[in-house]
Amino acid sequence: MREIQYREAIREAIIEEMDRDRKVFLIGEDVGVYGGAFKAYKGLLDKYGPDRVINTPISETAIIGAGIGAALTGYRPIVEIMFIDFAALAMDQIANQAAKIHFMSGGRLNVPLVIRTQGGVGKGLATQHSQSLEAWFYHIPGLKVVMPATSYDVKGLLKTAIRDNSPVMFIEHKMTYPVKGAVPEEEYTIPFGKADIKRKGEDITIFAYSNMVLKSIEAAEELEREGISCEVVDPRTIVPLDIDEVINSVKKTGRLIIVSEACRRGSVASDISARVTERVFEYLKAPVKIVAGLDTPIPYNSTLEWASIPQKSDIIKAVKELLEEIL
Amino acid sequence: MGNDLKAKKLYITIDGYRMEDKFSGLDDSIKIEMLRKMYQIRHFEDETEQFIIRGMIHGTCHLYTGEEATAVGAIYAINDDDYITSTHRGHGHCIAKGADLNIMMAELLGKRTGCCKGKGGSMHIADVDSGNLGANGVVGGGIGIATGAALTCKMKKSGKIVICFFGDGAANQGIFHSSINIASIWDLPIIYLCENNVYGMSTPVKEAFNIEKISDRKCAYGIEGLTIDGNNLVEVFNTVSHFSGECRAGRGPVLIESLTYRWRGHSKSDAQVYRTREEIRQWVERGPIERYKKILIGGEILTEKEDKDLEKEVAVQLDKATKFAMESPFPEPSEVEDDVYA
Repeated sequence: MREIQYREAIREAIIEEMDRDRKVFLIGEDVGVYGGAFKAYKGLLDKYGPDRVINTPISETAIIGAGIGAALTGYRPIVEIMFIDFAALAMDQIANQAAKIHFMSGGRLNVPLVIRTQGGVGKGLATQHSQSLEAWFYHIPGLKVVMPATSYDVKGLLKTAIRDNSPVMFIEHKMTYPVKGAVPEEEYTIPFGKADIKRKGEDITIFAYSNMVLKSIEAAEELEREGISCEVVDPRTIVPLDIDEVINSVKKTGRLIIVSEACRRGSVASDISARVTERVFEYLKAPVKIVAGLDTPIPYNSTLEWASIPQKSDIIKAVKELLEEIL
Repeated sequence: MGNDLKAKKLYITIDGYRMEDKFSGLDDSIKIEMLRKMYQIRHFEDETEQFIIRGMIHGTCHLYTGEEATAVGAIYAINDDDYITSTHRGHGHCIAKGADLNIMMAELLGKRTGCCKGKGGSMHIADVDSGNLGANGVVGGGIGIATGAALTCKMKKSGKIVICFFGDGAANQGIFHSSINIASIWDLPIIYLCENNVYGMSTPVKEAFNIEKISDRKCAYGIEGLTIDGNNLVEVFNTVSHFSGECRAGRGPVLIESLTYRWRGHSKSDAQVYRTREEIRQWVERGPIERYKKILIGGEILTEKEDKDLEKEVAVQLDKATKFAMESPFPEPSEVEDDVYA
């Protein structure tokens, strides 16, 4: 199968959906001539024109608001927020408006809105351009939250997001854009709430999403050479969450490590740990272990930056520690 | 000859803008219909106030009493299929846009038959069928949404426009600035209608702004704007008629400041320590319904008796709405997780 970059997979998904449905349009800062800060929209302005690729001033709250209003009145906008950190500028529109309108109206109004954004550490962009803020959105009823790790997943999930009638936070990772992965030529979509076993294994379950899936796979490959078999489970969407797939894996392995780049305090990882422990405590041979980002702002210096989030070596160390522990 | 006379247009000037006096050309039936709407709002709010006093409103309510001319004058100046966004003080907009009084009242009482199945309440009343995209619990929360609806109107070339209602308080929120700016650069067909009712909760406008008129902010966006007497239905109607035409012709957004006054407290828990009885009395004397009624009776469009009969009819209608709401069932606890996702 052909291999394409993550950013190319995004572009393909958008082209397919914009060709399929006239109601889909793009709106955001520097999405026009510039092609998006991470170049996912390269050439789209020429292809679709300024009526469907709408370049905006720097006004996050108004851009999301406009997206909501257009969604309420018949369009399916894809709003780009350049860095997830900037979603803070539009939190009322995301959390109080987009997320709640369907419910508040007793189901009579729909907000088919995709908010495409990206987060994560790795480019030396420091505190206000590197955060992993998915927990903010995970916490808000009414939002769906997608965190694709691979080219295949990002394409199939983005197409599903565009067709969904609820607002979707589509959170990419800045380190994954150039990564290549297998993507079929023919059209496909990936349903929300369906986890993917990225790697089969027997001894331990590693639950990870977004870029941490790639690091977990690397760790699992290295551990395999030492005779340790890791199963890597990627939920792909954290809302809705395919908890059953995690549970099934834990029932088999009896051990769970949750890997996440976000700060640990109040994290998605903590919630997954609680949910799994509630459901299958009796299957656990050792306590659930969380390998997460430190509870610190993201620093600039590259040594400090890398120290602030989990690395392959941290995952390997955690796996070995957990295999030694007996409950 | 009669036709020639009818075709002759009258012009008026409001805050420096010369415009056609479209009100004078309206059929009498429409002029009376607008009075009926104002009465509906007044009586709806009076009934709601009674529910509040009797402890039957579970949460809070923000009454529109005293501001009726702005909602009715503005909404009668646009088409039925145009959009509006509303505010936390939204009952008036909702009624003027054509919502059913029964399901509105049921919503306030948290009933399953309410327009939002009892899940929205007073602050989140929306009525899709009449083009009301929703009230809003956040001050300024609807300004971006209205702007997006106007983007739809432009992209679809539907000829529709949007009225975005918001209060003086919302004019100091960031989204006011960012939204009007994008509406201006994109020439969106939207009327930003600021209901300046003198107080943002307890804070007087004169303490929250250092400008003479909120509409002066038009300069910052390169758009038209003016300040009008929001308690004069005729002035509101003519202004919005004129600028809705401008919007439909693609001449971009406008900022209208409508000067009015809320007769009741901010919400049900407001002791109103920030204003005097005398101040309220002066505004009540200049009340919008009272002034409009005089115009109709003075113009021999309506007799005193017809006016009294009209108000009685509205009172009966409200009794029915109240009865419908009281007799409707509450939702079941099992319905709580419905409608989180579409």
